[in-house]
Amino acid sequence: MAITLSGDQAVPGPPLSSRLTPAQVWGIVLLAPYLLVFLAFVVYPVCYGLWLARAPSNYVALYNDPIFARAAVNTLIFLVIGINIKMLIALFLSGFFAQQRPWIKWLSVIFILPWAVPSIPTILSVRFMLNPEWGMINHFIFSFTGDDGPNWLNDPTVALTMAIAVHIWKSLPFWTLILITGRLAISHDLFEAAEVDGASWWQKFRYITWPSMQTLYVTCTLLSMIWTLGDFNSVYLLTGGGPADLTHVLSTLGIRYLRLDQLSLAMASIVCAMPFVLPLVYFMMKRLSR
Amino acid sequence: MKLPGVREFSWREVGIEARLLLIGIPVFLWTMIPIYHMFLFAISPKEDAFSGKLWPDHPTLHNFEIVFKQQHYFLRDFYVQFWNSVVIAASVGVLTLFIATAAAFSISRLKVPGGRIVLNLALFTYFIPAAFLAVPMYRTMGNYGLLNNHWSLILAMVTIASPYAIWVLKQASDKLPVELDEAAVMDGATTLQIFRLVYLPLMMPSLVAIGTYAVLLAWNEYLYAFLLLSNDREITLPVALGNFLAADDSPWELLMTTGFIYALPPAAVYYAFRRYMVGGLTAGAVKS
Repeated sequence: MAITLSGDQAVPGPPLSSRLTPAQVWGIVLLAPYLLVFLAFVVYPVCYGLWLARAPSNYVALYNDPIFARAAVNTLIFLVIGINIKMLIALFLSGFFAQQRPWIKWLSVIFILPWAVPSIPTILSVRFMLNPEWGMINHFIFSFTGDDGPNWLNDPTVALTMAIAVHIWKSLPFWTLILITGRLAISHDLFEAAEVDGASWWQKFRYITWPSMQTLYVTCTLLSMIWTLGDFNSVYLLTGGGPADLTHVLSTLGIRYLRLDQLSLAMASIVCAMPFVLPLVYFMMKRLSR
Repeated sequence: MKLPGVREFSWREVGIEARLLLIGIPVFLWTMIPIYHMFLFAISPKEDAFSGKLWPDHPTLHNFEIVFKQQHYFLRDFYVQFWNSVVIAASVGVLTLFIATAAAFSISRLKVPGGRIVLNLALFTYFIPAAFLAVPMYRTMGNYGLLNNHWSLILAMVTIASPYAIWVLKQASDKLPVELDEAAVMDGATTLQIFRLVYLPLMMPSLVAIGTYAVLLAWNEYLYAFLLLSNDREITLPVALGNFLAADDSPWELLMTTGFIYALPPAAVYYAFRRYMVGGLTAGAVKS
């Protein structure tokens, strides 16, 4: 079968079948659905968005918007403090859950729940617990101290801390699970040998556990950074960006601009995160496709 | 006769157990309190819910009755919205499985030219933070004329679920011995027959894991659902829950009851397929 571009320029090309084996033709056919999805819903939107954000005036406007600066700082706090606390707890708990005890097995089954259940009802539940008048937490504070508790979500610093706590609550199980897998992969003989030599738990951690888990831990931390940048729910559902738009992070800020019909600002705010995200993505891709 | 060591040994055990409990109890409380709080609201009459008690004086299933009988302004479309969630999650599961299995088979078994590049592009998508992609995706869906149509959410979720699905399935495919395909070719099997009769049956555990992953992802999604759908009869349950908050006097006990009902299916699905999920998914997330 000749490939014809149009009637009069018909150049008889080599038959398709001589260049591609039937298996390769099937390969292309089977790959096509994903390629179509990728072109229509990743390539086109990203290019279109970049085109919308192209005007330098957008970046000037962002620079002059105090909410943007605040959101950038909040995002950094989320990433640097939030993720490190989360990963350290996950590392610690992975050791706890690796203990062989029936009740710890049961606890690990329950421990997964925050990850398995949807964000919206649980985060709204926390939001109500933090309500200064009706919430459970301030009821407790009152019954113990006789004083009114703080107005948790009204102070931007406290509210952001609570959003980080919610983020940790939600994603801690997943990372703990990954780190448990890493821990269980360490040969048990090493620990037994160390035990015989009378090593303390800290020495065992320092010289056996940590060296074998270090790479995994770093990879997890970086991957968690990328995903935390995309975590919209923890902040939006808890504080809605408030009070006074002071607890926004980049992901909620983009959506805020979008809702205000300022799509080019929304895109520009995301473009601003790219110099930070792309090296992370590049590193992760290198790690995974080794 | 005194047995030296026994007493000391058991004391040591008790000490270890106590220290483990010292970690275990806070972990249990930390995990359960928000979930218990949701449940507590669901079984509390309105007055009790706001009193800060740990257990209501008069626990009741009345809230569930209100939800199931749609006896509140916010719940007019409860069944429609629940059904929307079901249809969308199921469609995302089926479409993701179809697209990702075809792509993984093509890249891993047929060694299609350029397969490696497609895999890397897919991985790249996997690493774009979802909230960042939402902004251009929203506008694009408008350009395609799909806003407020279930297809917009289905296609968006398939876009997000596929890269990871392809990645996990490709890794699982690579572990199947090449000899299987070769033997089938010797017997005169066509590519499609290999796919259907050899490949799919062997991939079943991974397919279950990926299908569950895609269904749960779509069921639990809030951001994309709330951006892409707005009509009361088109939205999914999470968006409806978010809309509860719009009122000044939100019926929190009903919000929590509906949320509790909405959280049950994913928890059940998760526990039913836990074996597949943990093995299949964590292995793909971070290759160490």
